[in-house]
Amino acid sequence: MKILVPVKRVVDYNVKVRVKADGTGVDIANVKMSMNPFDEIAVEEAVRLKEAGIATEVVVVSAGVAGCQETLRTAMAIGADRGILVETDVDLQPLAVAKLIKAVADKEQPQLVIFGKQAIDDDSNQTGQMFAALQGWPQATFASKVVIADGKASVTREVDGGLETLALNLPAVVTTDLRLNEPRYATLPNIMKAKKKPLDTVKPEDLGVDVAPRLKTLKVAEPAKRQAGVKVADVADLVSKLKNEAKVI
Amino acid sequence: MTILVIAEHDNQSLKAATKNAVAAAAKIGGEIHVLVAGAGCAGVATEAAKLAGVAKVKLADAAHYADQSAENVAALVVANAAGYSHIVAPATTAGKNFSPRVAALLDVAQISEIVAVESADTFVRPIYAGNALATVQSTDAVKVITVRTTAFEAVAEGGSAAVENLAAGPDLGNSKLLSRELTKSERPELTAAKIIVSGGRGMGNGENYHKLLEPLADKLGAALGASRAAVDAGFVPNDYQVGQTGKIVAPELYIAVGISGAIQHLAGMKDSKVIVAINKDPEAPIFQVADYALVADLFEVIPQFTAAVA
Repeated sequence: MKILVPVKRVVDYNVKVRVKADGTGVDIANVKMSMNPFDEIAVEEAVRLKEAGIATEVVVVSAGVAGCQETLRTAMAIGADRGILVETDVDLQPLAVAKLIKAVADKEQPQLVIFGKQAIDDDSNQTGQMFAALQGWPQATFASKVVIADGKASVTREVDGGLETLALNLPAVVTTDLRLNEPRYATLPNIMKAKKKPLDTVKPEDLGVDVAPRLKTLKVAEPAKRQAGVKVADVADLVSKLKNEAKVI
Repeated sequence: MTILVIAEHDNQSLKAATKNAVAAAAKIGGEIHVLVAGAGCAGVATEAAKLAGVAKVKLADAAHYADQSAENVAALVVANAAGYSHIVAPATTAGKNFSPRVAALLDVAQISEIVAVESADTFVRPIYAGNALATVQSTDAVKVITVRTTAFEAVAEGGSAAVENLAAGPDLGNSKLLSRELTKSERPELTAAKIIVSGGRGMGNGENYHKLLEPLADKLGAALGASRAAVDAGFVPNDYQVGQTGKIVAPELYIAVGISGAIQHLAGMKDSKVIVAINKDPEAPIFQVADYALVADLFEVIPQFTAAVA
């Protein structure tokens, strides 16, 4: 079974982004870029399925600028077998990415595609579901456990009320939640090995996909800041302030 | 302009999130229809028909909608999408699950988790865990939208819409629900609670969490929440998690106990009206967003707090 894992290059989760003074976006010049943490969990899950003898090959795909090669190398250092970069400077939105991944999947014919549930930059939480719909495949989003057996994926999902487990016919889409696994640290020998793994580059035009954005960003602003609060001396002070000043209890 | 709002429910009753989604639809303006897809859910349709501003309720009642599978619900919405300018769902785990499928099948973008409506095609949504707000304009014919429920005040009752039956779509049958383990609680739902008591890594373990925070929550009539650290450590189940990737809450009062205040946690609660932080570390980032800061050992002050609340 082949597994395809799409990965996104995003501003590292430790970076506190700043909104540009002209309101056109956030400043990402000279900030650290990393693999989207949810995608790292997706790569780890795929590699574990390969190590368990369930998957035969793990292919990672990224769409975006040339720098995404780094992200693909990171995924290969975790254990993916090869990478595909769909290179473009266009600002890609989830629908366009879903279509690009579909074009890649049509060639690669994976049985399972594991996405991160959302990217921590645009917080859209769409691409996996959109890809599944375009393929007409079933999906299990927000996965905390994945078991593949008898041609089915049984996936436990974190939902608002608790947990639910779905059985999906393959091929299928899974999107990862935080507690699915803890991704390993890539070791130096594996980082070196990853540099020699195959990485193909294609263009959206080669795949026949129109990636023009559908949403126009008119403005990016900083949210209103909260006023600094006050220190309370003790519990009595706190309770009195909540009762008399804030009037919330 | 006619707007279709997809109701969230459990076949028994309408979930409060639907009322926030209808409120967002009302801000967009136009006639509002509500789609109820489920099994044996006529009661839900009756409830939806009473919401203020709703002109029509469309009910699709069939066994294969009982579990709200993303595949079947999205196919039904798409089959009935003609004539609608906007398709709106709450940004709950259910809405986030099926809504992007609807958008993809209609070949349009989705505008996720809007927090404000600027006009019929322009919306405000948080990005980077709420550290920036983007105003985006959709160029698509149909706008598929999910709504951050805390940003729109629920509509009241007062409507009397007609309920119309809708033919069910096919059962795609490629996914099956095996089991559901829903957390049972007498307490209010996290996303609808007026007061939330939330615990973090500082609680030490699950036993302390329950022993200290439950009595306080009971006295305040509060819901219980947690930071990602507390959920990862197994103190409480996943559905307690407040944060960028967990639940987004905005209660009247949020009491953060033993929570340091990682960006990802703040993203989920910083719109609360009043924030109380109790932490022994005076440098904890949670104090930067707190209205009332108590630097103290939680094991000492939480029992005092519980005793002091009448």
